[in-house]
Amino acid sequence: MSDTFTLDGREIPFEPGQTIMQAALAAGVYIPRLCYHPEFKPHGSCKLCTVKVNGRHTASCTYKAAPGLQVESNTEELNTERRTLVQMLFVEGNHFCPSCEKSGDCQLQATAYELGMMSPHFDHFFPDRPVDASHPDLLLEFNRCILCSLCVRASRDVDRKNVFALAGRGIHSHLIVNAASGRLADTNVALEDKAVQVCPVGVILKKRRGFAVPIGQRTYDAAPISGHVQGSASLTEE
Amino acid sequence: MDVVEKKKLKVATTSLAGCFGCHMSFLDIDERLFELVQRVEFDRSPLTDIKEVGPCDIGIIEGGLCNAENVHVLKEFRRQCKVLIAMGACAVNGGLPAQRNHLPLTDILSEVYLSSPGLGNGLIPNDPELPLPLNQVHPIHEVVKVDVFIPGCPPSGDAIWKVLTDLLSGQDPRLGHGLIHYD
Amino acid sequence: MSSASLENILRKYDGSPHNLLQILREVQEAEGWISPERVAELEQALAMPRSKIVGAASFYSFLHLEPVGHYRILFSDNITDRMLGNQALMEQLCNLLWVEPGKVSEDGLVSVTTTSCTGMCDQGPALLVNGRAITRVDAARIEALAERVRNQVPLAEWPAEWFQVDDNVRRRDILLDSQFEPGSALRALHARVETQGVQASNPRSWREGLPRGLVGPATMLDEVKHANLRGRGGAGFTTALKWEACRNAPLAPGQDRIVVCNADEGEPGTFKDRVLLTSHADMVFEGMTLAAYAVGARRGFLYLRGEYRYLLEHLEGVLARRRRDHLLGHNILGIPGADFDIRIHVGFGAYVCGEESALIESLEGKRGTPRNRPPFPVTNGYLDQPTIVNNVETFAATSLIALHGGEWYRNIGTAQSAGSKILSVSGDCERPGIYEFPFGVTVAEVLEACGARDTQAVQVSGPSGFTIAAHEFERKICFEDIPTAGAFMVFDKRRDMFEVARNFVHFFAHESCGFCTPCRVGTSLLRNLMDKLHNGQGSPYDFQEIERLNHILQAMSHCGLGHSACNPVLDTIEKFRPAYEARMVHRDFTPAFDLDRALSQARQMTGRDDEMAHFGTEHGDAR
Repeated sequence: MSDTFTLDGREIPFEPGQTIMQAALAAGVYIPRLCYHPEFKPHGSCKLCTVKVNGRHTASCTYKAAPGLQVESNTEELNTERRTLVQMLFVEGNHFCPSCEKSGDCQLQATAYELGMMSPHFDHFFPDRPVDASHPDLLLEFNRCILCSLCVRASRDVDRKNVFALAGRGIHSHLIVNAASGRLADTNVALEDKAVQVCPVGVILKKRRGFAVPIGQRTYDAAPISGHVQGSASLTEE
Repeated sequence: MDVVEKKKLKVATTSLAGCFGCHMSFLDIDERLFELVQRVEFDRSPLTDIKEVGPCDIGIIEGGLCNAENVHVLKEFRRQCKVLIAMGACAVNGGLPAQRNHLPLTDILSEVYLSSPGLGNGLIPNDPELPLPLNQVHPIHEVVKVDVFIPGCPPSGDAIWKVLTDLLSGQDPRLGHGLIHYD
Repeated sequence: MSSASLENILRKYDGSPHNLLQILREVQEAEGWISPERVAELEQALAMPRSKIVGAASFYSFLHLEPVGHYRILFSDNITDRMLGNQALMEQLCNLLWVEPGKVSEDGLVSVTTTSCTGMCDQGPALLVNGRAITRVDAARIEALAERVRNQVPLAEWPAEWFQVDDNVRRRDILLDSQFEPGSALRALHARVETQGVQASNPRSWREGLPRGLVGPATMLDEVKHANLRGRGGAGFTTALKWEACRNAPLAPGQDRIVVCNADEGEPGTFKDRVLLTSHADMVFEGMTLAAYAVGARRGFLYLRGEYRYLLEHLEGVLARRRRDHLLGHNILGIPGADFDIRIHVGFGAYVCGEESALIESLEGKRGTPRNRPPFPVTNGYLDQPTIVNNVETFAATSLIALHGGEWYRNIGTAQSAGSKILSVSGDCERPGIYEFPFGVTVAEVLEACGARDTQAVQVSGPSGFTIAAHEFERKICFEDIPTAGAFMVFDKRRDMFEVARNFVHFFAHESCGFCTPCRVGTSLLRNLMDKLHNGQGSPYDFQEIERLNHILQAMSHCGLGHSACNPVLDTIEKFRPAYEARMVHRDFTPAFDLDRALSQARQMTGRDDEMAHFGTEHGDAR
């Protein structure tokens, strides 16, 4: 018999070494997340997956499960805090969903829906982030970057290319590519790279593919993002 | 019906830096408009052609703020309306017009009026009748307090209807899956 | 730079990508910046992708991937510099040199901007020219400085007294008063061990784990344990516990244990490590050597903050002398196998690197992003090896403990806080400088000693610490009451405590590493809100917003920087509420948006100056 911890009153079994996030996913419980991806080493930067473990806030994607932990996740308090984090991401970049190719398939957008975000709340930063359209088949739309670093990790750990990296510090942090020109066309990126597949938002896009799927049939049209975890219930709907 | 007995709520609507798409979507509540006019009466709105907003219960704003007149109208609405609603992407986050925000306005005006061939007489329009554009486009919550937001480009008629009926029945407006969308 | 000199630099740093940041520093010191050509050469030489080189370099304020002018002038912008008039001085310099703050002059000669506290608060206002500190800046000095810049006088020919940094030690106790003789602590420990058994000099004990009965390293650990020494970086973790965990951590083949001295003294208002490294470097290095013996390490690093770059040659000299005297290097004190050496890693203006796991990332040549913990550095530190990171003062105290014994040490100070604490006193007082007191000294006693009058508040332990108000001045400096890393900034009744907090909030926004959402965005939002209040646009709405952000920062941030970024705001709201209430000038929500300002570009382009172009009172829009 495997050990268990308690998540929102439910007993969750876990294997040794699993994080709270991994065990929750295996048990079909949705915890909001943006920088976590099951195929990559947890990063712990977006903080959307913050839960309360024995009363203390911690990122569930990096926190190892242990027997008897009391974990809260789907609470009004935590979802309100998570909504604030999503609002921060929306005002930090330039997120104009109506003109985004990823709309309907975007995890940031779907997570914001899930958390019932009706407005970005804060004053926008409206940063200047020029797009990189140099590559014949790929577009880099930096305005939508949420600095989850999934492309950085995928390129480094899976593709072994280091096409992407984070540069700058603080609010000036930004994504760069591995070319003296600073242009994606001058890197060795390839369409089949893992790094090209993992962007949760609309930064790394295949050209000439935009808006291919009609509204109503996109990833999160039929079911909210929580519904994409087998057996999970939505956070906001009763 | 006691709805008839009750005093009707006053509602005003306007479009600032928007495309009137949200107003079109508003009309998409279709036959429910009849139910609505049982319960509300319209003050300033494209539906009535009243030009100045008077004291209202609900003000509905489409569009963000791209010029000085937008700011003036918005402040008038805020002054006159008990509940202010931001309707649609442009009011909520600046929307399409705000995509000029990374460019200095000086560059935009030069490009449009001074360097592009075949436009005007090579002068930037300076008629005092024209409202001056703002350095950047802003969503309305960055200038006045906004009580309710209906995101979407445009929000569906159903979403608008849900928010209005929630409000009229004294509940906090909520949009569930399918009704809440930003595109 | 010739390719030969780049080769020399690479050789000096073993051509290792882990030494990337030191290599970049030397390139920049030779050429003024890091050009794309050099990046390309390093990409080849270090077999390292450019994205990683640029990603790392761009993290640090003092590394430049673009030209910053022949003279790069940075005004220290701590609140104490502000109180001494640094803003007017910077304006004066910009006017004299015809430059805009933050921009390089058109001829590429000079750039002028601000930087976080440079650790000269006792002799400010201070600035850095090409990384070198100039203290006691005044209008006359600015005028003379501008003239030298204009005439392109080399820095080496500038008056030496400008660069003079005084220790300003005002009160000495056990540590600063000890006439420390290099090697004495090592010999004392060695002697102590020998009285207990010959195994102590067993060379294997130096680098291997702690086999049962091996008394040498155990003796050192025991003394530190007896002394009840706690880390001097502020958190007060028990030093012996940390060392023991490191000593007991398993080593994979080819691994070593590592001793790191954290001299990234970035907390605004702190400068004690500057003085310890200037005048007591032997005590610090000897403490590191003792620690190395205790944990079984052969390699050590001193992480020196970039602002103290001027100390590098002096410190290298001390290290060289210690090697000559067999106090460092191979066979220390002639004990076979007793090997330990120290390398100095210079930082580049990133406060977050004071956090131990960020410091280790930086040591490895990367962006200074705090790691996820666990695992902790004691098991998985520098290049995944067991690593201890301790404060400069902790190591100096270690030397004292080895000399006089743990029993002696623990009887000084208070029950939970043994020994003495060195305070960096600055702000409104007659005698700013270094004060060493036994733990347990009250705030009032320190204020008395430094000649502070009409004191309204003291910021203990810097912006991330505590704002102490007058009714609390009987509280004690110790881990049981007010723990501190050493900063002690004094504010008299003339000061506006809201502006103090605002300065600190700007500091955190500037220093946030950007890794996690709450801190990256939250510190900037908090800064904007404090500026909004400062600009006369405050209302109770903003107050709620500040409290909301405080909560998010505390609850959800990745590391201590975010957790403590709101401390100065929380403390000043609680204790100096009138300073905030004076900013609540509006009853209802008032935006940061300013219509008149938002029309500036349109007015400029249209040339309009009519009433509508200002959109003023006619429409009742007066704010």
